[in-house]
Amino acid sequence: MEITLNGEKFTLETGSNIVNLIDKLDLNADKLAIERNLEIVPKSKFAMTIIEEGDKLEIVHFIGGGEE
Amino acid sequence: MNIMVDSSDELRVAERSFSSRLLIGTGKYRDFEETAAAAEASGADIVTVAVRRVNISNPGEPVLMDYLDPSRFTYLPNTAGCFTAEDAVRTLRLAREVGGWDLVKLEVLWDHATLYPNMLETLTGAEILIKEGFKVMVYCSDDPVMAKRLEDIGVHAIMPLGAPIGSGLGIQNKVGIRLIVEQSSVPVLVDAGVGTASDASEAMELGCDGVLMNTAIAEAKNPVQMAVAMRYAVKAGRNAYLAGRMQRKLYADPSSPLSGLI
Repeated sequence: MEITLNGEKFTLETGSNIVNLIDKLDLNADKLAIERNLEIVPKSKFAMTIIEEGDKLEIVHFIGGGEE
Repeated sequence: MNIMVDSSDELRVAERSFSSRLLIGTGKYRDFEETAAAAEASGADIVTVAVRRVNISNPGEPVLMDYLDPSRFTYLPNTAGCFTAEDAVRTLRLAREVGGWDLVKLEVLWDHATLYPNMLETLTGAEILIKEGFKVMVYCSDDPVMAKRLEDIGVHAIMPLGAPIGSGLGIQNKVGIRLIVEQSSVPVLVDAGVGTASDASEAMELGCDGVLMNTAIAEAKNPVQMAVAMRYAVKAGRNAYLAGRMQRKLYADPSSPLSGLI
């Protein structure tokens, strides 16, 4: 199935949950936050959140920043 | 004589104490090593960070948290780059989710040319965040009226700009900053506009509780050395403020006694 991940098309196995996605991307769940269709997915719900076709996901973390 | 110096003079924000009154941004450095060295040299306890998309095409790349230990530095997530209250609130909700931080810096900008704070959107955003339990430090204009409004709605720190972000022009409106300091019962920090050490001292001499800067350190020819300069400039200004400066006089006043002259 296809989803939008950080603004770009991304292909993912049907039935995947957030933990599967994080593993597939080789990311560290402790250092990021995820928004699914404009709603934050709490870390405690990563495993039980099934991603669906067409979902819009944002994965963010902290970068260096002052003001801009 | 017991002179009050830094250790007993902490910055208190949102019921937390910090030994340094210098807060630094972590953007614009050459690399993470330089960011970490400057942060260390500055003595800062609080560092601002931005929230951005993870680079999913290169998941193994180094991240800020590998270089600045979040258990040693207090991460202050900001909303740099947000031009609406909605975007800023969305960004800080995500920031809280990354690591549970509720102390945040709100900035809602007006336009790209000036990066001047949009105070109407800032007030809207601050109200939403406070309702959601955030402790909000707010980048704002140097207008005492707006600063009072922010305090009334319950922000935890007021952070007027000294000059446009990244301009290095120094404090342009000393009267405005001083009026804000005098009327406020929450901490006031100059945020943005500092160019060199004397600007930081000046902010502290005006009675500000702290200074937040990024470009003045990051764009110095030697950022680590400038971080050291800022560390001492903030302390110097703070101590000068606490010491209470002498009266200004129009005419000379000799330091040596005139009696007993040969």
